[in-house]
Amino acid sequence: MTATLMASIAVNRFGLGARPGELGAAGADPKAWLARQLKDKASFAVKPGTLPTTRAAALALGTYLDAIKDKRSGAGKLSPEAQEDAVLKPLKPLRDILMAEIEARTLRALTTETSFAERLVLFWSNHFTVSAGKAVSLPFAGVFEREVIRAGMTGTFADLLVASTRHPGMLLYLDQAQSIGPNSVAGKRRDKGLNENLAREILELQTLGAQGGYTQADVTEFAKALTGWSLAGARTRKLVPTAEPGDFVFIDRFHEPGARTVMGKRYAEKDEAQGEAILRDLAGHPSTAQRLALKLARHFISDEPPAAAVEALAKSYRASGGHLPSVHDTLISLEAAWQPEARKFKSPNEFFLSALRLAGLPKIEMKGLVAAYGLLGQVPYQAPSPEGWPDDAASWAGPDAVIKRIEWAQAYSERLGSKLRPEDMARGALGPALSARTAQSIARAEGAAQGLTLALMSPEFQRR
Amino acid sequence: MLPLLTRRAALLATGAFALAGSAGALTLSSQAGERKFVLVILRGAMDGLAAAAPYGDTHYLAARGKLALAGPGETNGVLPLTEGFGLHPNLAFLHSAWTSGALAIVPACASPYRERSHFDAQDVLETGASAVFGASDGWLGRALNAMPPELKRDAVAISGALPLVLRGSASATSWAPSFAPSASDDTLNRLMDLYAGDDVLGPALASAIETSAIASGSGMDGAEGKGRRAGPGAYKGLAEAASRLLSAEGGPAAAVLSFDGWDTHANQGAANGQLALRLAGLDAALRALKEGLGKTWSNTVVAVVTEFGRTVSENGTGGTDHGTGSTAFLLGGAVSGGKFAGDWPGLAPKALFEGRDLRPATDIRSLFMSVLQDHWGLDRAALGKRVFPDAGGVVAIPGLVRT
Repeated sequence: MTATLMASIAVNRFGLGARPGELGAAGADPKAWLARQLKDKASFAVKPGTLPTTRAAALALGTYLDAIKDKRSGAGKLSPEAQEDAVLKPLKPLRDILMAEIEARTLRALTTETSFAERLVLFWSNHFTVSAGKAVSLPFAGVFEREVIRAGMTGTFADLLVASTRHPGMLLYLDQAQSIGPNSVAGKRRDKGLNENLAREILELQTLGAQGGYTQADVTEFAKALTGWSLAGARTRKLVPTAEPGDFVFIDRFHEPGARTVMGKRYAEKDEAQGEAILRDLAGHPSTAQRLALKLARHFISDEPPAAAVEALAKSYRASGGHLPSVHDTLISLEAAWQPEARKFKSPNEFFLSALRLAGLPKIEMKGLVAAYGLLGQVPYQAPSPEGWPDDAASWAGPDAVIKRIEWAQAYSERLGSKLRPEDMARGALGPALSARTAQSIARAEGAAQGLTLALMSPEFQRR
Repeated sequence: MLPLLTRRAALLATGAFALAGSAGALTLSSQAGERKFVLVILRGAMDGLAAAAPYGDTHYLAARGKLALAGPGETNGVLPLTEGFGLHPNLAFLHSAWTSGALAIVPACASPYRERSHFDAQDVLETGASAVFGASDGWLGRALNAMPPELKRDAVAISGALPLVLRGSASATSWAPSFAPSASDDTLNRLMDLYAGDDVLGPALASAIETSAIASGSGMDGAEGKGRRAGPGAYKGLAEAASRLLSAEGGPAAAVLSFDGWDTHANQGAANGQLALRLAGLDAALRALKEGLGKTWSNTVVAVVTEFGRTVSENGTGGTDHGTGSTAFLLGGAVSGGKFAGDWPGLAPKALFEGRDLRPATDIRSLFMSVLQDHWGLDRAALGKRVFPDAGGVVAIPGLVRT
């Protein structure tokens, strides 16, 4: 394989798509270009600037919850539309946070020189989905990614899992914050109790997987172990007076007393140590290694990745104790990841970012940014469920989705103006991966804008 | 945009794609070909005990606690059915359908799946298999393929991507409201050329061109200003889009709608609240579907299903957790309704599945079989062999569809 084809694969398959000149930058030693990004914390870090900290997000949520408290009663009389509108106004500050987060993440993706690192952030952020689709988790989606995912990329999966489970975004998104052990001090006094949502999704989606060998009893036991994991909010702060809003707190009065048994192992630990011990064992379980290996291989290689590639990643995970840079480094070494034919259909987000990077846009118009993401079907931080966004062509290449991509590509190409050189742009982004057929189609286009539309919608640019 | 037929005819002339069955179906006026089927999937697991409440069950009040609805005639009380059941007060349209004999209710059904993962449960519900990952395509897609070639066998999903239940059918497509200017016909033709030999992009674009022809012909582009809003306010716009596509001349035989947001782990509410809001949205959507279909409604069957039910008791946060049995509705002018189908296992503590969930009494595939067999006329052998090959002894529920 030529070095330029390898550079094209490094930048497009592992990264976010080439910016002008980037193929050359990666070209000398593409594997080293990728590997360099993995161990350096700076590859993953972003400057928060004016974006909210976890505490600021918690304060914004508190203000919102106070504002809607009065509007809840009598809401049943209104039409669904009117009820939605009744909560829209107090929701605006939270939505403003989300818009700023989307803008910041987009700008980062367009300008970063460590786009493999950025792809890994997006991958793990999707694995640990905290969706802004719920009001209570809305202000935390972005800060969760910054303070948990980005910060965790140079450590182990176990540490990442624990950090994720302690963060207010996750605790609120999956209803953990108010889960109360039935035999705890609070549980015995009040008509409140266990909520097993977070425990279930950790087992099913974040660690073992649905086929990973756990039962309903394991879910309930794990949920009981996690009782007391909460955050400092209006009510709980009275219980933990030293905590500031948004801090993780362990509330003893909520915690189900006694030892728990999960996946056949007994956990006699006290307090939050019990839940953390279970989390660390789940991270080390072979089913978790297998599941994460499959997800990574599917994301970077193909929808149906070769078994050998999955096994190599699982082995690396087991051997390194789930050390993420080691596993990511193994990914670079896989032969299957360097096959010339691009087999992954880009997600809407990947398509959008790569199309903007291809033109080397130094800045973007924020007006209409969310509408564009919405048209393409993937607004950042708004995954439809705790499972996160899908990762296969069958989910993204539906007829309607394809026509929406064409419509967006055409509008984008027309806005870029008529002085484009679309064939050069396509070659600059794809290098030798640009097919003769697509090049000819671009050359025969009736104008530059149509030529760029054809380049962006070509089979090779739609894949990576 | 050019008139649709122009674009479509041009594409057909290039031989760039073939539409299985669809072109021939336009000339058919067979009654069976005009029988429409709408599948509504309530994603997230709808609490069936809140939709069709068994208020007459002696264990109802104790089991449901604060989630219990008041009896008929009381403030915010249920809308009375028979056999001690009542519909949620926000389901007024469904209640009128019951009264006019156009609604049948299966009070305790589930797919064969007995775990509690949304994603696996939706997989089983849509593949129609007996276990997770038992098939890679959907039962409705396979059913369309099994239809006699002289009948209409196409379908549309009102969503960006094609849902699993329709995968496997070459004549299924997807459509969602759009706000962007339409792509130029010339560009689409050039892309069709570029996609020759691309087995993902080629068929997807061909299908999209065909469908957008029908939708834009009825002026739908841009008309759905609220259609993209998430949540229960969006259900109605999606149902209106489905009704227009279905009732268009030569419109598809089936439509699939997905309504999200039923995973009510916290603050579910009873007569008012999170779930009540969604039920009101569902009721408005089904009413809009009937009104939009006009006289086509009399030949239509709508199945409203969810991947599993929710716990009978309230959880610690005013909601319910993932359960097992739930309620399914069969609605439409072609439904022989005003009645329940399938057994009711009851809410006695000992009757519950694993001590916490409504025990399923009916395999939900028997409901699908009723539609395919009695509404579309698929023969039993084809159903068993091609559509539900591992359904064992599951058979259609008789008498649910006017034949």
